[in-house]
Amino acid sequence: MVDIVQNKIVLIYTALLLIISLSIFNLEDSAAKGMLSLLNIILILVPLICIIFSTIYVYNSAEFIELLVSQPLKRKSIWLSLFYGLALSLCIAFFVGAGIPILFYHADSTGIMMILTGIALTIVFVGIALLAGVLARDKAKGIGFSILLWLYFSLIFDALVLFLLFQFQDYPLENVMVVFSFLNPIDLGRIQILLKMDISALMGYTGAVYRDFFGSSMGIIISFLGLAAWIFLPVYFSLRIFRKKDL
Amino acid sequence: MASMIETKNITKKFGKLKALDQVSVTFSKGECVALLGPNGSGKTTLIKSLLGMVVPDSGEIFFNQKPIKQQWAYREKIGYMPQIGRYPDNMTIAHVINMMKDIRRGSRSVLDEELINSFGLDKILQKKMRGLSGGTTQKVSACLAFLFSPDVLILDEPTAGLDPVSSEKLKQKILDEKEKGKLVLITSHVLSELDDLITEVFYMQEGQVLFHKKLTALIEDTGELKLSKAITSFINNHHSLTVV
Repeated sequence: MVDIVQNKIVLIYTALLLIISLSIFNLEDSAAKGMLSLLNIILILVPLICIIFSTIYVYNSAEFIELLVSQPLKRKSIWLSLFYGLALSLCIAFFVGAGIPILFYHADSTGIMMILTGIALTIVFVGIALLAGVLARDKAKGIGFSILLWLYFSLIFDALVLFLLFQFQDYPLENVMVVFSFLNPIDLGRIQILLKMDISALMGYTGAVYRDFFGSSMGIIISFLGLAAWIFLPVYFSLRIFRKKDL
Repeated sequence: MASMIETKNITKKFGKLKALDQVSVTFSKGECVALLGPNGSGKTTLIKSLLGMVVPDSGEIFFNQKPIKQQWAYREKIGYMPQIGRYPDNMTIAHVINMMKDIRRGSRSVLDEELINSFGLDKILQKKMRGLSGGTTQKVSACLAFLFSPDVLILDEPTAGLDPVSSEKLKQKILDEKEKGKLVLITSHVLSELDDLITEVFYMQEGQVLFHKKLTALIEDTGELKLSKAITSFINNHHSLTVV
């Protein structure tokens, strides 16, 4: 199953990431600044490409999945190998495109944290895409749904949080903010990296609370568990639906 | 004759539409059954239920006297040729065939590569699936269905899109397999093609079984020798009876 995903688009994605990260590192005078620019691009681009590519892939292989279901195979293993295939190839693409330049220019704990986060985000969004793909039978609906999810996670969610903050600015919301950040895998990744970069001072008092929580080793473990839950839950639900689905 | 596939009162609804309505039927070894009926009469849904792709709302399906619910291993005894086969674009024919062999590695059967050779697919094994014409893709599907010499063959519109020579080869192959005592289920809209192939006719309409008869019995009843005429005349008689 894994050899299915030797796709042109994955190669283009790799090349794109490679070009972006190399040019950023070469344009910025210090590697640390480059990391910051790269972080923002990765946090937007990786989820977008992963979710859309995976959704389209699921729909394009619909008939093939149908054929596989008619073979002596468990549905569970069909679906999981689809997931592994997509996640693995996109992770490799990310690692080659962004991971290697990062290691080349900025090989310290921050760099490694960034690679780990990127890979985790890749897997999370492949999982979400599978869920979107199994929920909507219609291709246009499914792709629209996954674009909407991406918009939600990268823009709308932050806007909502900001809105809440302004509405309730008289109350101490810092601890609530920590909880909120668990509701969005992108935020979770962003906070992790920003804290590692030691620029949490920029985020004011909330930053200090984050630092307290996420900076401790307990916090790191919990936030990685959060990301793991973001990987596990969508895949689990999509699998449950897929097992009962009529094809 | 031992029953290979048996369904008991299976019903399947898609929304309000009843795709299958209390369908009970038995298919035995050595038969070649034509599944006929107008578009949307539930033929494909029936096939998909047999393959476990569609789960019926109620009723049971037995394969070799065992219920198939939540089972998957029984499918290694079935070869299925879908109406429209689609394969990953980037794989070559050889990849697809090898992958199928990989999937069915556990099954004891001897590989039957006769069709691959007679269709001339062995010469284009390195072509990618993306570049294949509809007919060639159809040939690949046919080869995959016959490859593992399964006990049951389910062919959904097998000759659609095939050139006359290939479809003749495929028909010969179906005949050979039937002689070996296998159960063959075929759906097709080209009735004239089925004449010399089939032994039983299974006619569905609006999710219900209209009739399920031996071909010889059908011909006797209606006095028509051609399948297409026999069926039309049977349906006409049937309808005139209900009208009267």
